[in-house]
Amino acid sequence: MKPAIDVINVSKVYRRYARRRQFATLKSALLDGSLLGDLKPDETFQALRNVSFSVPKGCTYGVIGSNGSGKSTLLKCVAGITRPTEGEVKVDGRISALIELGAGFHPEISGRENIFINGIMLGLTKKEILRRFDEIVDFAEMQDFIDAPVKTYSSGMYMRLGFAVAIHVDPEVLLVDEVLAVGDQGFTHKCLDKFSEFRRRNKSILLVTHSLDLVEKFCDEAHWLDKGVSKGEGDPKRVVAAYVINVEDSEENELAKAESARVAAAASAPIEAPTEPGATTDASEEVPLKPVDEADGPKDGFKATEGRWGTREIEITQVTISGPDGETGHVFQSGDAVQVRMAVTAKEPTTDFVFGLGLFNADGVCVYGTNTSLEEFQPTAIAGDGVVTFDIDSLDLVEGTYRLDLAAHKVDGYPYDYHRLLYTFRIKSRIRDVGIYRPAHRWSFGGGITFKAE
Amino acid sequence: MFSSLAKLVRYRGLIQTLVVRDLKARYRGSVLGFFWSFFNPLMLLLIYTFVFTKVMVGMHSPDMEPYALFMFCGILPWTWFSSSLLEASNTLIAGGNLIKKVLFPAEVLPIVTVVANMVHFFLGLPILAAFILYYQRPVDPMELLWFPVIVLVQLVLTTGLALFLAALTVHFRDVKDLLGNLLTLWFFSTPIIYPMIEAPEDLRWWLNLNPMTHLMTSYQEVLFFTGPHGHAKWLLALGAGSIVVFLAGYFVFDRLRDSFAEEV
Repeated sequence: MKPAIDVINVSKVYRRYARRRQFATLKSALLDGSLLGDLKPDETFQALRNVSFSVPKGCTYGVIGSNGSGKSTLLKCVAGITRPTEGEVKVDGRISALIELGAGFHPEISGRENIFINGIMLGLTKKEILRRFDEIVDFAEMQDFIDAPVKTYSSGMYMRLGFAVAIHVDPEVLLVDEVLAVGDQGFTHKCLDKFSEFRRRNKSILLVTHSLDLVEKFCDEAHWLDKGVSKGEGDPKRVVAAYVINVEDSEENELAKAESARVAAAASAPIEAPTEPGATTDASEEVPLKPVDEADGPKDGFKATEGRWGTREIEITQVTISGPDGETGHVFQSGDAVQVRMAVTAKEPTTDFVFGLGLFNADGVCVYGTNTSLEEFQPTAIAGDGVVTFDIDSLDLVEGTYRLDLAAHKVDGYPYDYHRLLYTFRIKSRIRDVGIYRPAHRWSFGGGITFKAE
Repeated sequence: MFSSLAKLVRYRGLIQTLVVRDLKARYRGSVLGFFWSFFNPLMLLLIYTFVFTKVMVGMHSPDMEPYALFMFCGILPWTWFSSSLLEASNTLIAGGNLIKKVLFPAEVLPIVTVVANMVHFFLGLPILAAFILYYQRPVDPMELLWFPVIVLVQLVLTTGLALFLAALTVHFRDVKDLLGNLLTLWFFSTPIIYPMIEAPEDLRWWLNLNPMTHLMTSYQEVLFFTGPHGHAKWLLALGAGSIVVFLAGYFVFDRLRDSFAEEV
C-alpha cells in the first residue's frame, strides 16, 4: 500500500544573516552584484540533513528531539509550506497542518465569519463548512461567543476555535506541532479522542511534540531528530528511551562543565584564616553547616551563594558523586543508591575535626544536613591523606536539581575547608510528584475501589 | 508557472471571501461603516471643487469646466491604482503568519488587495455619476461601453505590478518607502490634475510612455470630454501590454515563492 507520507533524503538549508543585516537592502544587493546570489557556507544553516522515513496509512508517527533539532522544519516541509533544499516529500491525500492555530483569523470580525474564512483557507467549500458548522462550534465550546469579534476572545478560546476548524477539515493526513498544550485538561482529552477517532478511520497523524508520554502512549512509531540528523526510528518506547539517555548524557556534560568551572573559581579564591575562631559556637550546634565567622563566610548561611572558604588546615582535595553503577555522574534516577566521596588532606595531624554534608534544592531550601559530630562520631586522629564516603542507599528525592555543601571544620564550627553549593546533580523521575521529600511509600485499596492495571 | 496560473482559478472562492473580509473589517467599529466608501470620494470631490472654484480660479481654460469633475474622473481610478500598489507591497509581510504557518497560496494576498480597492473604486462611481448628472454633462452611452474595458485593462496591469512589488518587498523592505515617493512622482507625470493638451509639447512624448496616461485619458474621454473616444487604439495596445506585465509579474512572484516562508 502506498504510504501516506514519504520523506526521501530531505535536507533543508536556511540562510542566516551572519554578516548581513537582517533586512537586506536594494543597495547592498546591487553592490554585491546579485539579487539572489549563491550563499557562502557560513551564511547558511542546515536544519535537516538527509532525513528519510515513511508513514503508512493509519499510522500515528511521533517526532521527538530537543529544541532546534529540526522537528518543525520537517513538519513544514511535509506540509508544503517550505520546500526542502534537497530530497523529496510525497504526501497522499488532503493535509491539514495544526502548526499555528487560528493563523489567519481576523481580529475585527466575528468567530462565525472567521470559521468560514479559515475553513475556505484550509481548502473547504462553503457548503462543507455549513454542514460542519455546528460540530465545529460544539467542539470549540464556543456557542455563546460565536458572534463576538475574535479580538475579544481569550487566548484559550482563540486556540480552541482554531483547533476545531483545522480538525474538521477532515484531512487524510494530519500534521500536529505541539498544539495540545493549549486549552485545559478537558479540551486536551477531547483532542486526543479526536486523534483516536482519526486513527480508527485509517488516517495518518504526524505528531511533533516534547511530551514523551504522549509519544509512548499514542504513537505507533517514533522518530528522533538531533540537530537535523535522524538518530533513530521505530518502536516508540525504544526511541524515547534512547532519547532520554541522550538528554541525560548532555545534561551530565553540562553540569560537569559548570561544576568544574565553579570549583576552579572557588579554589583560586584567597585562603583566609578566620579572625576570631569559635565566636558563634552555639550556632553551629543548631545548624551544623552554618559558617562560623561572618567575616569569612556569607552573611546568611542559608543564602544560596556558592563559594569556598576556610583555613585549609584540612583540605578537601577532591569530591566525587557516583551512582548505583559506581561511575561518577551528575544525573541520577530518583531512588538510586548514591555515594558522595571526599578525598581530604590534613597538613598537621589534629584531633578536632568534623565532616559535614548539606543538600539543597534549586530554591535554596535545605533538604537535609548532617555532620559527623551530630551523629556522635568522636574524632580521634587525622593525619595526611584520607577518604570520607557518604552512602545514601536510596536517594528518594523528587525530580529537580540539587546542590551539595561539603565541609571539614572543627567541632566548634571553625572552618578548615568549606565548599558551599559547589556540587550539583540532577534527579530524574518518571513520576511527577512534588515537594522536597519522597518517603518510601505504597498505595493499597480496599473495598470497591479498583484501578486499571498498567 | 502556467500550472500555478491554472490553480488561480480554483482560488476564486478564497479571493472572494478574503475581499469581503477586508471590506467588512475595514470599517468595523466606525459609526458610518460602509458609508465611508461613499463619503471619502464625496469629500474629495467637494474639496477639489472648493479649491478650483474659489481659490485657484482661472488656472485652466474655460472649456475645461467643471474642473473638479474633470480631475475626479482621473483621481478616482488613480486612487484604486496607487492604494492597491502600496497595500500590495506590504501584504505578504502583513500576512506572514499565513505564509509561514498555513499552506496558503501567497499570490491570493496581493490579488485581494487589488480587488478590494477595485470595490472601493466602484463604490465611488455613484458619486461620480451623480455629479455628472448634476452638471448635466453629456455622456454618450455608446462610449460608456468602453468603460468596462478600461477597468479590465487597469485591473490586469495593477495586478501584474502588485504581484511583482509584493514579491520584491519580501526581499527588499526598501520597496515600500521607495514606492510611496515613486507614486507621487507618477501621479504628477500622469495627466490627472491637468489635461494632456495642456502638457508642454516637448514632454508629451514622454507622457505617452507612461501607461497610466492612456488609462486616465481614456477615463476622461469617456466620462468628461465630448466627442468620440479617440484613445481606443492606445487603450487596446495598453491592454496587450498589461497582459505581458501581468505574466511577467506572476513569473517573478512564482520564482520567488519558495523564499517567502523563510524571508517574511
